[in-house]
Amino acid sequence: MIFDCHVDVQLRPGISDPQGSTIEKALPALGFDGVAGVRVGKSVMFRLEADDEAAARREVEDMCNRFLTNPVIEDASIRVSASS
Amino acid sequence: MGATVGVVLFPGSNCEMDVVEAVERLGATGKLLWHDDSNLGDVDAVVVPGGFAHGDYLRPGAIARFSPVMGAVATFAQDGGPVVGICNGFQVLTEAHLLPGALQKNAGLKFRCGPSRLRVETTDSVLTSAASIGDVLEIPINHFEGNYTCSAETLAELRAEDRVVVRYVDNPNGSVDDIAGVCSAGRNVVGLMPHPERASHELLGSTDGVVMLRSLLAAAGLR
Amino acid sequence: MSATSDDSSDAAVHRALGLTDEEFDDIVEILGREPNHLELAMYSVMWSEHCSYKSSRVHLKRFPTEAPWVMVGPGENAGVVDVGDGIALAMRIESHNHPSAIEPYQGAATGIGGILRDIFTMGARPIALMDPLRFGPLDDARSRWIAEGVVSGVSGYGNSVGVPTIGGEVVFDETYQDNPLVNVFCAGVLPHDRLVLGQASGVGNLAVLLGSTTGRDGIGGVSVLASAGFSDDESDAAKRPSVQVGDPYEEKRLIEACLALLDAGYVVGIQDLGGAGLACATSETASRGGVGMDVYVRAVPQREEGMEPFEIMTSESQERMLAIVEPANLDDVLAICRRWEVLATVIGTVTEGGALRLLDCDGSESASDDRVVGELPAASLHESAPLYHRPLAAPADLSERRARSANALDAGDCGADLLAMLCDTTWVSSQYDHQLFLNTVEAPGGDAAVLRLKHPVTGADTGRGLAFTSDGNHRWCAVDPRTGALATVVESVMNLATVGARPVALVNCLNFGNPEHPEVMWQLSEAIDGMSEGCRFFGLPVIGGNVSLYNESRGSNIDPTPVVATLGIIDRLDSRPPGVRLVEGGRLLLLGATVPELSGSLWARNRGHREGTLPAVDLVAAADVAELVRTLVVEGLVDGAHDVSSGGIGLALAEMAVRSGVGVNCARIADHIELFAESAGRAIVCVPADRTQDVIGRAEAAGVAVTQLGAAMGDRIAVKGLLDVPLVDATDQWRDRLPVALGSGTVQG
Repeated sequence: MIFDCHVDVQLRPGISDPQGSTIEKALPALGFDGVAGVRVGKSVMFRLEADDEAAARREVEDMCNRFLTNPVIEDASIRVSASS
Repeated sequence: MGATVGVVLFPGSNCEMDVVEAVERLGATGKLLWHDDSNLGDVDAVVVPGGFAHGDYLRPGAIARFSPVMGAVATFAQDGGPVVGICNGFQVLTEAHLLPGALQKNAGLKFRCGPSRLRVETTDSVLTSAASIGDVLEIPINHFEGNYTCSAETLAELRAEDRVVVRYVDNPNGSVDDIAGVCSAGRNVVGLMPHPERASHELLGSTDGVVMLRSLLAAAGLR
Repeated sequence: MSATSDDSSDAAVHRALGLTDEEFDDIVEILGREPNHLELAMYSVMWSEHCSYKSSRVHLKRFPTEAPWVMVGPGENAGVVDVGDGIALAMRIESHNHPSAIEPYQGAATGIGGILRDIFTMGARPIALMDPLRFGPLDDARSRWIAEGVVSGVSGYGNSVGVPTIGGEVVFDETYQDNPLVNVFCAGVLPHDRLVLGQASGVGNLAVLLGSTTGRDGIGGVSVLASAGFSDDESDAAKRPSVQVGDPYEEKRLIEACLALLDAGYVVGIQDLGGAGLACATSETASRGGVGMDVYVRAVPQREEGMEPFEIMTSESQERMLAIVEPANLDDVLAICRRWEVLATVIGTVTEGGALRLLDCDGSESASDDRVVGELPAASLHESAPLYHRPLAAPADLSERRARSANALDAGDCGADLLAMLCDTTWVSSQYDHQLFLNTVEAPGGDAAVLRLKHPVTGADTGRGLAFTSDGNHRWCAVDPRTGALATVVESVMNLATVGARPVALVNCLNFGNPEHPEVMWQLSEAIDGMSEGCRFFGLPVIGGNVSLYNESRGSNIDPTPVVATLGIIDRLDSRPPGVRLVEGGRLLLLGATVPELSGSLWARNRGHREGTLPAVDLVAAADVAELVRTLVVEGLVDGAHDVSSGGIGLALAEMAVRSGVGVNCARIADHIELFAESAGRAIVCVPADRTQDVIGRAEAAGVAVTQLGAAMGDRIAVKGLLDVPLVDATDQWRDRLPVALGSGTVQG
């Protein structure tokens, strides 16, 4: 089966995010008030062939741990769904 | 005669010949180590130089750490061989878990190239053995992702074990505890963001990097 | 663009592609039939202003281009000069003005990528970049956005590709409000025997495409992006999709692979793919070599599906090169490319005759005539390109304009005027790696950058130095393009002198407005004459150049902005040049005579004045000053040296002061006119007190006018009777101007 995989990489809580804080500081100047907690991450998307969804998820988790994230500073959230 | 310093070359590295030139000025021999080669050959020390290995894509060092040569570098380090990562090389060594912590984007969100002053915090490392504690060295920086980050436990460990090798006098990038360079528990693996090889010739404005390179060659000479 | 519709003689097609009816008729005559859409697309990109220089070519012939040390002059990918010890230096300058106005980061980044390819295609390893940059005023939000994006793009691409950016300029002025000037210069070094030209030869040799895959990016980019002004925001938006994205990692590997191929001698000829993509590279290599080429369009590795032959041939996808290779060497070529992870594909064969044939096949089967989808004489894309003698005319009110001198303006507060001129460009240069290769002796910010000259293959230090400077002054040229361009050449020679270098060669980037306006053509012609006069006088060959026209916005042309990048050589580089510096207690000497005239000056422009008459340039006197300064620097007799140009004596003194943290105490400057006048051919030196008489004696012996201005001392910038400001105020103004306007650049930890 083919699965659409979406990995959302974010800096871990407590790790300073200079991009996020710069954006947060810029928003009020543009008239967007009340914004807090801006964090900037990246997303990685790909298709993956696997036996089932659980297997696909395990595979993506392994990718994240070994390669797609740096666990010292980053966390990943993973979405896997059967490709249409 | 003299030590042989292996200098790792990934596609995208760009400081490899600078390191070769600087160590050869001090009487050593520089030898390029191709990323795809898992055999270091007969080298007495290894430098992972600056640049943009694999374009710094995904994260600096994230792809380079899987190169065959890095397996050999890890083995060399485990055997006590002196290994120094400069700038991108420091990033590679942290990704490869040969050094703790990680390098994030600079706090100012800008690439920074220019002089920096470093305070030598320990002489018990392969890069500072010839210096004195408290020495202030003028060594250039050249990076976008040089903001050293680690967990509170790691930081406490680094301090307790005297593994912060150099600190910035004027922190240019937001690094935790002003850290510019750290060493491994075995003290034979050192990573730092500033470029000692860029401070190795009178015409370049500073020769303060020479004491670091001499320290490395001394360690290499003991092999 | 309607080029994808059915072939027909519909005149709208060629007009939509930017070809005039007359140009279309020329094509019909060349082919002896009407062109199909593929052929028409190729002519349209190759005959665009950007590729053909059809408006400027008749004037460019007036530049002096020859000298005994010139190995390759204008017309190739880069000019090449002999710099001794078997080393040659290749250099070139290009503009990326229009792409940078639309997408500043990628516009600048791809500009860097393009200029690098022009250099390593000659067999040279790029060792230095310079970026003369001109933006709208700092108080304009869009101009700040463009400035920040362009600088980030230079930084992002240049640093990553691993070539140091050692100099350039940063200018802010309302004339560039909607049309920034992003000029990029590159120099590279090569052993004499690695020099290779962009030509095909040897019937049966293979054309191998190296590097990136080909996509639809930049389709029509040449004619649409590079040769059309921006009239409104809507069309801006329409042009956006064709912006190309740079990949410095691909380029880095391409550099290494190409230099390895050249070192191994596997390449007969090599050509980068820039504007007009494969159409240009295949036809140019063939026509230079006097041969033809069969191109297998389907063999080109494509990034997108369903690309038409005309898209493949005109795509401006970045990071690609075309190498001409003997079949026997193909396997070795492919092996080197594999080592550097560079894609390499045979896409054509060199043929007899001069025909460029485009075949809708991948070359795996024998080329049969029924696969031919286009055929044209390769040389016709270049040599038959239109040549315009566009009308030129001086402005009707020129004499009235020249009669209105800035000297008539009120003096004002000299201290405040001076503070308003100070601007440290470290915010820009600190984002560039300017130290890679361990060559950089004098970093950006000085009058000229200085590099150690090492052999490109052995790395052996020659003990000599290279100096580079880039200079342009739109304020001078707005008042008088001829004298302004001449004074620009003088400034570059003086900048080289302050680091101890003698001038060797020059390349220029001519940034002008709409050539269909006779006044713009007059400006261009005048500037070329002024620059030629200066180059001829100094024996400086013009070994390459770039013309960027249609720099305009909403019908208003930019001020004429000819930019020069000049190479100098330092015959013995034993120590660092003194730089723009003062030493406490030193005596300040002005070398060269001041013509008291403020027209065209920064002081006048800051008051909105842009008329009057520029002071005439005394070339003989300027050359004497430059030679004296060079000698003083080389002999180590001065502690500081700075040329006097924008902002006059006042700004020169202040820059020396803020850069060294030492004040100045001066007298003998009559008034604000002498203080801020910008007449060419002057420099200020800081001399140890006990050597002052010696230096004055040398000046007098050389016939150089010398004025004792005062001394370097204290914590104020003071000129008797004119101004007295605290050094700390000047330093703050100087250092903080760009960080405050453009963002701090760093957060101190």
